[in-house]
Amino acid sequence: MSEEKRLLNVSASPHFRSNDTVTGIMLDVIIAMIPSLLASTYIFGLRVLLVTAVSVVSCVGFEFISRKVMKRHNTLADLSAVVTGMLLAFNLPVDIPLAMVVIGAAVAIIVAKQFFGGIGQNFVNPALVGRIVLMVSFPVYMSNYGMPFAWQHKGVDIVTTATPLSVLGNVADKADLTGADLPSLMYMFMGIRQGSIGEVCAIALILGFLYLLIRKVIKPTIPLCFVGTVALIMLIAGKGNFTFVGYEVLSGGLLLGAIFMATDYTTSPVNFKGQVIFAIGCGLITSVIRLFGSLPEGVSFSIIIMNILVPQIEKFTTPKPFGTVKEKKAKEETK
Amino acid sequence: MANGILHAVKKVRGGVMVSHNKNTKDMPVERIAAPKQVVLPMVQHIGAPCQPIVSVGDTVEVGQKIGDTDAFVSAPIHSSVSGTVTAIKEIKTATGMPVTAVFIDNDGEMRLHESVKPPVINSREEFLKAIRESGLVGLGGAGFPTHVKLAFKPDAGIDTLVINAAECEPYITVDYRECIDNSRNILAGVYELQKYLGFEQVVIAVEDNKPDAIKILNEIAHDERDIGDKVKVMTLKSKYPQGAEKMMVQSATGRKVPPGKLPADVGCVVMNVGSVGFIGRYLRTGRPLVSRSLTVDGSAIANPKNVRVPVGTSLQDIIDFCGGFKEEPAKIITGGPMMGVSVIGTEYPVLKQNNAILAFTKKENVYKKERDCIRCGRCANVCPMSLMPTLIDRFAMARDVESLKGTGVMVCMECGSCAYSCPAGKPLVQSMREAKHLLREEANKK
Repeated sequence: MSEEKRLLNVSASPHFRSNDTVTGIMLDVIIAMIPSLLASTYIFGLRVLLVTAVSVVSCVGFEFISRKVMKRHNTLADLSAVVTGMLLAFNLPVDIPLAMVVIGAAVAIIVAKQFFGGIGQNFVNPALVGRIVLMVSFPVYMSNYGMPFAWQHKGVDIVTTATPLSVLGNVADKADLTGADLPSLMYMFMGIRQGSIGEVCAIALILGFLYLLIRKVIKPTIPLCFVGTVALIMLIAGKGNFTFVGYEVLSGGLLLGAIFMATDYTTSPVNFKGQVIFAIGCGLITSVIRLFGSLPEGVSFSIIIMNILVPQIEKFTTPKPFGTVKEKKAKEETK
Repeated sequence: MANGILHAVKKVRGGVMVSHNKNTKDMPVERIAAPKQVVLPMVQHIGAPCQPIVSVGDTVEVGQKIGDTDAFVSAPIHSSVSGTVTAIKEIKTATGMPVTAVFIDNDGEMRLHESVKPPVINSREEFLKAIRESGLVGLGGAGFPTHVKLAFKPDAGIDTLVINAAECEPYITVDYRECIDNSRNILAGVYELQKYLGFEQVVIAVEDNKPDAIKILNEIAHDERDIGDKVKVMTLKSKYPQGAEKMMVQSATGRKVPPGKLPADVGCVVMNVGSVGFIGRYLRTGRPLVSRSLTVDGSAIANPKNVRVPVGTSLQDIIDFCGGFKEEPAKIITGGPMMGVSVIGTEYPVLKQNNAILAFTKKENVYKKERDCIRCGRCANVCPMSLMPTLIDRFAMARDVESLKGTGVMVCMECGSCAYSCPAGKPLVQSMREAKHLLREEANKK
């Protein structure tokens, strides 16, 4: 045996690390989206899986290519591109032409994410940017929401009707929904309604929400404040009509947005106070667009607008270092 | 009965739930045979280095002072064995700092030096002088000279002594053993401190995962010497870093130590329970700080133990006493896994302030692959000092000193909660140190 000295590892403390990893967190988000994906496949047919697969593959592909072109290290292993791909698909109607899915993915990954430095650096939610660009560019395709279970009736001509949200938008007196052509609240809850792929099934989304809470991936602050604000405003707008509130909460992309998109780490505030302001802002803008805007839905716009305001929110809500005496108090004390 | 047990006045912000791994908690401290040689660095504390006051060839005895200085912030060094000084030369400490060290060959007789006798104390000044002569430094890990901490003026408005028995670092159980095995010393220490320094209240803080210690400390708090019920035991939630000085002060009194200030600025003195126990013992025996208790543990250690070792014993001698390595160690730490210092070899001597030697195999010595920050906010949410570690990391890496000034990074105590919880595996504590260094550099320029 040689007298060679053993070499030990040295590093700065701490010498223990938690088990959390970026990849693990992204994987949890993916798992949390699976119930909604399955429910949607049941409601809208197998094309759901096709659209999702195309979206995920294009996102991953664009991520790979743009990192390569920009000569930056490969980031596929963190799974964030997969999450973006799934979220983008969740925001699209089932019958969208696949080429548009690819365009949406390109906008999301290349423009919204990689142009700003990739994971952790984008200031707006990539999937939402993809959706909004598609919505503005191809409004007809983007609002052609499939009918639930249309896939089971191939060949039968099914008339597409207005989505619950546009029906609600056209009701003059929000306190009186009699005569409005709406699915029952139970159907709304189960997802048997028109809408984009990932937004329809409330139960599945709530399951995902609970999973994320249990795994401590997100805190309940943003989803609860977001949905709570919308519910409160709708309660006032509906003059105390809880049925109307129920429809508003369950329709459109509110739950999907509140649970999966407003909670995106990169584009939401870090601390509690900031998160509350951010989520209330999202809820306010969503409600204003729904009640007064010409568009039926405002979730994506509200989140994007609040994303942009995050640095300002953080500026005012970041706590002062431990023990810092507030200026006012300090002045009082010197008096 | 739970009477007299206080609960934390104020819940502390942030922190992380680390696994306790207090494997050695039921192992009473074993005395290790004095080694053939001890190496005594002249810096075993925060403050001015001592100068050797012995020469090569001198015969020294246990407890004999071998290093001292006129500087106030310092603590003298005593020989931990009897024998002959064989060398006085520069060595490198575990942190890489060059320091003069005295090498003493042990003659195995462990003769006590004539100076070792109970100090005669009649006044506050004599008490402080005795504490200085004992060579005591904070035994919790930081190594701040205790007499400096206690040398406040009687009218300085310091009313509270907080005794830290939280021991929030994983693995380490020496403070717990001190509570269980040497409660008489702690008791004596508490009342001597109280007597000479006149604290209005003494709060012994302990985490709630140590019920046995709480029970024993509670008996101390209800001793007949406690006139006016000034001594109290306070239980804290087991959460790292409860044992940090500023956290302790906040828990015990609700007072917050402002940035750049010390607990003394809000009327508190915080002492490790081991240091208090030492004072109790020293005042009885006069034996200066020449040995200390350590937890030796970790997955690579054959027989984890709590041991009492002469200061200056090499890490290797202690590890050998614990059966050596059962597996190839990948990393050895002096201190706890959250704030301890990793060493490159086992030839280093144990210092006064070391409270553990932990050796881990490759399996435990995991490094996460470093990825990009996703702004998950875990670091900011666990920071007990309300900082934004990810932001500081970004500024520090960019060497953006101007931006760093607004981050408050100087209050960072490097507890490691941020780096522990970071899913991107960022070495955040390293960044905090870099940031502080940049700011100090900037301040020195002016």
